[in-house]
Amino acid sequence: MTTIPSNLRRVLRREPRVRPTTEPVAAPSERVEAPTVEIAPNDPLVAYFSGATGAVDISTLQLDSPALEGLREAGIRLVVPLVSQGELIGLLNLGPRRSEQEYSADDRKLLNDLAGHAAPAVRVAQLVREQEAEVRQRERIEQELRVAQLIQQQFLPQELPDLPGWRVGAYYGPAREVGGDFYDFIQLPDDQVGIVVGDVTDKGVPAALVMATTHSILRAEAPRLIAPSDVLTRVNDLLVDEMPAHMFVTCLYAVLNPATGRLRYANAGHNVPYVSTEAGVTELRATGMPLGLLPGMEYEEKEATLAPGEIVLLHSDGLAEAHNGQREMFGFPRVAALTGEASDGEVLIDRLLKELQEFTGPGLEQEDDITLVTLGRSAAGDGGAGGERELAIFEVASEPGNERLAIDQVAKAVAGLELAGPRLERLKTAVGEATMNAIEHGNHNRPELPVEIRVVADDTDLKVRITDQGGERPIPEVETPDLEAKLAGLQTPRGWGLFLIQKMVDELRTAVDEHHHTIELVMHLKEAPDARS
Amino acid sequence: MPGAEFGAEVRQHDSTGVIDLHGEINLGADQALLAAYESAVRGDPKTVVLNFAHVDYINSTGIALIVGLLARARKEHRTVRAFGLSEHYREIFAITRLSDFMGIYPDEDSAVTATAAASS
Repeated sequence: MTTIPSNLRRVLRREPRVRPTTEPVAAPSERVEAPTVEIAPNDPLVAYFSGATGAVDISTLQLDSPALEGLREAGIRLVVPLVSQGELIGLLNLGPRRSEQEYSADDRKLLNDLAGHAAPAVRVAQLVREQEAEVRQRERIEQELRVAQLIQQQFLPQELPDLPGWRVGAYYGPAREVGGDFYDFIQLPDDQVGIVVGDVTDKGVPAALVMATTHSILRAEAPRLIAPSDVLTRVNDLLVDEMPAHMFVTCLYAVLNPATGRLRYANAGHNVPYVSTEAGVTELRATGMPLGLLPGMEYEEKEATLAPGEIVLLHSDGLAEAHNGQREMFGFPRVAALTGEASDGEVLIDRLLKELQEFTGPGLEQEDDITLVTLGRSAAGDGGAGGERELAIFEVASEPGNERLAIDQVAKAVAGLELAGPRLERLKTAVGEATMNAIEHGNHNRPELPVEIRVVADDTDLKVRITDQGGERPIPEVETPDLEAKLAGLQTPRGWGLFLIQKMVDELRTAVDEHHHTIELVMHLKEAPDARS
Repeated sequence: MPGAEFGAEVRQHDSTGVIDLHGEINLGADQALLAAYESAVRGDPKTVVLNFAHVDYINSTGIALIVGLLARARKEHRTVRAFGLSEHYREIFAITRLSDFMGIYPDEDSAVTATAAASS
């Protein structure tokens, strides 16, 4: 019944020709203006009219009702409730008759019939208007979303920086109701690079505009000031005056020297970056208030040196704070743990998104923007001469037969190395066998567990590293199968994989940690073609 | 990963059962290979010849299937010979020592007409 009062108010306001008047209608064409009578939702008149069966003479009505007084003051004599499908949707209000006689029984019957016909028509008109208003509102929101997206996309980097010896990965996934995430790479003097990940509170166009302002200030100030703490202090001071009420920006700003791996950083209330190291996951903590809240803030500056093989993950809270259908949070510990398992930044991004998708399940709309930036220092050092070049990195799902995918992709990756035909065939067989082992023995044929394959080369060697998720058991020693025993039925005919791998490559190395097996297949590039035959 | 599916057809060449193999010899080839062998030995030939000319991939599981087939043939006192192997798989048959127990020939005629001494 809560809708009735609003319906009543609407009808009373929009029906000037039947509005109550203190004077009799002088002529059919005369326009009558009458005061609007507001009826409060709890006015007893509402309940009375809802239960009335026809025209009501309000002059004799005994109710403690302000609305009744209002109607009487407006000169109303007779009220005919308009009821559609049991719902009171309006009132037909009549002043005194022009003849100054009372309304007759015939008049009332005529009015009741009229009300019976008018009510559904009025209801339809009300519904149409409501629907039109909803459509207009929806269109306005959609238009706003488009504008916000446009602003957002305008300020995201078009390409990732090319840093020798580093792999840089980035992902930005906007929520439908665009949040205020942003990231940026800023070229700095001395071949340094500034890395920004930020998040504006609020959503839509206001957030996008604040993001654009922050982005522009950062771009202007970072190359001049360099030091992350100075940059954030300056950006904060400039933003404070511009910031709309109840809004602020969290931001992580770091400066990387790609040649040395030195990473200086300061943090304005943003998520703490995680670093995947040999010793496990570490956090890059530094304290500081979000930008745009208070003037004169200072920001702690810290630094770390990223060793070869280490990966930093910068992330907005759209990932860790995502919820599933049970309102459980994806969580920072999970993000940290997945970072710890990563051996490549881009693979880490894929893994995080895949895990998130599995966690939230299908059909749930993304709550907030998700921004992920990874910086991975190549395992073989500073990227100078003699360092490893990465030729390919990819994953295959742990399903029987997928070793053929691995073989094909590795063959493609090494095409430029001029590996002699027979040696390429040996490598392909070794890759196939190692991938089969990873699928079957490491990942137990569980398709959701990936086998990661990385192909690298330096001046002397080609290396294919195949990693599974089965670190709980060691990789067995390679043994030469006893063919006589197999042919005599004394041993299983199987058990050729590792032996074949070893025979196919120049070197076979294995590594096991708590979670992974890695098998490294090495082919010497300097060896004379087919020297091993 | 869909590869070329394994298939095997059996025919007689003189008094020898020839099995024409094609596709990939992997775990999925198990039943078809066994059925082909049983068909090939229906006439109780002394020799079974495997034609690898149209096999494009053999993995370690495929090697195990061939070992199993060879073990059975030896138990039944039959000789197994092979032809049509690529250079790479000839190397693998050498490394695994399968070629010590299975004569490897360049073509069908030489495999079928080889003397028993040449293949053992």
